[in-house]
Amino acid sequence: MLAAPECTGPSLRSARHRVKGFRMTGTHIIGKSVPRKEGRDKVTGAARYIDDMTLPGMLYGATVRCQIPRGIIKNVSFGPQFNWNEFVIVAAKDIPGKNCIALIGDDQPCLADGRVNHPEEPILLLAHADPHLLRKAVDAVSIEYEPLPAIFTIGESEDGKQIIWGTDNIFKTFLIEKGDVDSVWARADYIVEGEYSTGAQEQLYIENNGVIAAFNVEQGITVWGSLQCPYYVHKALMALCGLVEHKVRVVQMETGGAFGGKEDYPSMIAGHAALLAMKSGRPVKIIYDRIEDMTATTKRHPSRTRHRTAVSKDGKILGGEIDFTIDGGAYATLSSVVLSRGTIHAGGPYHWPNVRIRAQAVATNAPPHGAFRGFGAPQSLFAMERHMDRIAQVVGLSPVEIRRRNFLKPGQTTTTEQTIREEIDLGRLLDRALELSGYTAKKTRFAQENKTGPIKKGMGIAAFLHGAGFTGSGERYLSSIVAVEACANGTVRVLVSSTEFGQGTNTVLCQIAAEALNLPYEDVQIAQPDTNQVPNSGPTVASRTAMVVGSLVRSAAIGIKQTLIAGGALGSSYSPDEFRAACRRHIAEHGQLRSIARYRPPEGVFWDDQKYRGEAYAAFAWAVYVAEVAVDLSTYSVKVEDFVALQEVGRVLHPLLAKGQIVGGVAQGIGFALYEKVVWQNGRMQNGQMTNYIMPTSADLPRIRVFFEEMGNVHGAYGAKGIGELPMDGPAPAIVNAVEDALGTRFDSVPLLPEDIFDAVIEESEAVSAEKR
Amino acid sequence: MTDPSENRGKCEISFTVNGTARTVRVYPLERLLDVLRHELGLTGAKEGCGEGECGSCSVLMNGELVNSCLVPALQAASANLTTIEGLADGPQLNELQAAFLECGGAQCGICTPGMILASCNLLNKRPDPTLDDIREGLSGNLCRCTGYMQIFDAVAEAARRRNPA
Repeated sequence: MLAAPECTGPSLRSARHRVKGFRMTGTHIIGKSVPRKEGRDKVTGAARYIDDMTLPGMLYGATVRCQIPRGIIKNVSFGPQFNWNEFVIVAAKDIPGKNCIALIGDDQPCLADGRVNHPEEPILLLAHADPHLLRKAVDAVSIEYEPLPAIFTIGESEDGKQIIWGTDNIFKTFLIEKGDVDSVWARADYIVEGEYSTGAQEQLYIENNGVIAAFNVEQGITVWGSLQCPYYVHKALMALCGLVEHKVRVVQMETGGAFGGKEDYPSMIAGHAALLAMKSGRPVKIIYDRIEDMTATTKRHPSRTRHRTAVSKDGKILGGEIDFTIDGGAYATLSSVVLSRGTIHAGGPYHWPNVRIRAQAVATNAPPHGAFRGFGAPQSLFAMERHMDRIAQVVGLSPVEIRRRNFLKPGQTTTTEQTIREEIDLGRLLDRALELSGYTAKKTRFAQENKTGPIKKGMGIAAFLHGAGFTGSGERYLSSIVAVEACANGTVRVLVSSTEFGQGTNTVLCQIAAEALNLPYEDVQIAQPDTNQVPNSGPTVASRTAMVVGSLVRSAAIGIKQTLIAGGALGSSYSPDEFRAACRRHIAEHGQLRSIARYRPPEGVFWDDQKYRGEAYAAFAWAVYVAEVAVDLSTYSVKVEDFVALQEVGRVLHPLLAKGQIVGGVAQGIGFALYEKVVWQNGRMQNGQMTNYIMPTSADLPRIRVFFEEMGNVHGAYGAKGIGELPMDGPAPAIVNAVEDALGTRFDSVPLLPEDIFDAVIEESEAVSAEKR
Repeated sequence: MTDPSENRGKCEISFTVNGTARTVRVYPLERLLDVLRHELGLTGAKEGCGEGECGSCSVLMNGELVNSCLVPALQAASANLTTIEGLADGPQLNELQAAFLECGGAQCGICTPGMILASCNLLNKRPDPTLDDIREGLSGNLCRCTGYMQIFDAVAEAARRRNPA
């Protein structure tokens, strides 16, 4: 192999650069809505998802799960109605490597060994050629337990009467301190307190989790699956199966939605299928049905946030304390990093001269909560944006004015003391959002109209930010690598482990390579993520793909061009035909033309993991969302009637995809606010079906109006920042703020269901009539 | 013990799929979804929930939109079935497929076959639908990615192409 000299990516975070004057012109494909690469296969039904694949001699696998929240396994017995010799049975003792799902920590067992800590914990695996029989066999396994006391809420976890994890039920804590918060209380004109909470939320991708595993001694284990992060699964399988790197291969199939729900869980289901395949010597497919997927796999962390804020009489935040707690479920999994992002976003887009943020992730006897679009930020930002409305009321300012007076400005620092170097003008963003939504006129009109009739209308605002890429030193640890190669036919192929699951990875990365090489979009393809074929460009999470991976793709693509030009095969300006011919010649002569780019940490950027201080993110996206709601006091239901989503996301690489990301995220945010309630009993989800866990349908959503500001960004390829998670942060607080505006009643939790509104309104009217008596 | 390979209890069922006459030997209560996917290799219809809520398994049966996860194979005897694989004319996408592609109506793609067939059913019944017709007509098909707006755009665009003014 002849590789181009390794070209390092441009500095992704340069402290010295300012965005002002960023050039946004001169691109031929960037900014155009080219067709989605795999789109044709998706509209014809030809796209291959994991359940569309079968292998010769394949068995089906299923999981025998725990039935109690916490206890000790005393006995396992197999019902007499089956010939169990026909089944492949795997228990913890059959695990060739370490019995854990290797991720950040190794505390989560792949199969319970003696002890169970949540009511969906896997205990045994079964495989058989007949999937119908298999289902009955799962029910025929009986497990006897000695139950232990279990805990189910943040409060029960904190009080420490039962210790279910470590020595104190605490997975992780963070403390952010800026300035001297203890000095502010004495000079505050107002001290405003509030407590806010958010519920669990199911990702509800329409394709359930699924994998196929195959094993042979020479090649080791291969897993094909619906997943976000091939190298996470790769790492987990090495540990679990006791295999070396090159004996584990992970291939991503077309993936039918993920939203974070296929970030860490695929390592579990892949591990299960791999164990069955190793024991049986046959390929094994495991596809969850909807109930198993909803009840046993990860959800958004439930949260509780407490604010205590010192405010001056003119509405300036002097300082405050924020306590942020998330419920991690039974094992640590990703809770520490979800907590991290939630903690850093807890102060919102505001200037806090003094602040102390205490954060903790605690254990309960529920299945582990995990990644879901936004990753902790929707939780802490819900609290922040509800609390801003509370502060406005106390001070006697409007929700608009209180925000305007406290917005972060260029040159000021965030809660982690990251200096804002972008020329962001949040006041202007706010003004534009108000204008687009007709906020002021509507608010006045609704105040009049609400005096009569059962329909009460209201307007609500949320202003927020979302950091793109891994937090702090995360990108440095990832040290992502991408490759771009020229093919014998003169086309170019992008090689990354970054995955497509609807958001547009394939399309945008090909666009970037085509732009860098000045080639038609059709001349660039992207390889199927397969750990035998593609380098580790990191996980497809954290809104990092367009910005961080895109930037590396651009560098690697430029490396191809430079090699051809340096070798004299190509002039410095060339036509696509000349480029193709040069590639063909080069490959005929040298066999291969491949260019690699590796992430290079920028110089002079400060992040302190201990004190949680410094440059938390390479770039922030900024947004102001405005919700208009109508509350019907005969049914107590809330309808979102109009929704304006205005954001600054750097350069919009592909307008159609970008808009699709925002609308889709807002829809999920509306579900989070008004519809999606996980009903828990003893740590188990009771409504694990689409009939009783309600996500928005096409008939439920308002017109979602999307607007972009494009300032550009020095960090990402062609000025891109992250976009995927941002739209999840704003809808819940904007909507609940609007409901309060409509009814004059305080609501501090989501989901906010009609029964919650009913209870609050009745309670309030009873209180009023009691006063009158 | 049941031997999965044995045919006892199975019956022959004939129907037309995408214009071709087919006969399968299946259990009468087997789900049409499984017959299409496993017996005929038509994997475009997807299972999302298995209980008729999500619509990913939608197909057209005698011109009506059905959730194939709720249809027993026997009920499809003699029926005329259309699946997503039957819409394109060779390499030529039909109006809805092309519009979904161009308007951003497909993201992860798992709901797309069902969504396109539901749209097809809608346009067959209401060639010139209002936005409310589209919202109502697609409300049995769940999409978690798009927030539906670009799907609405695609259906409206396809309607325009079918009925040039």
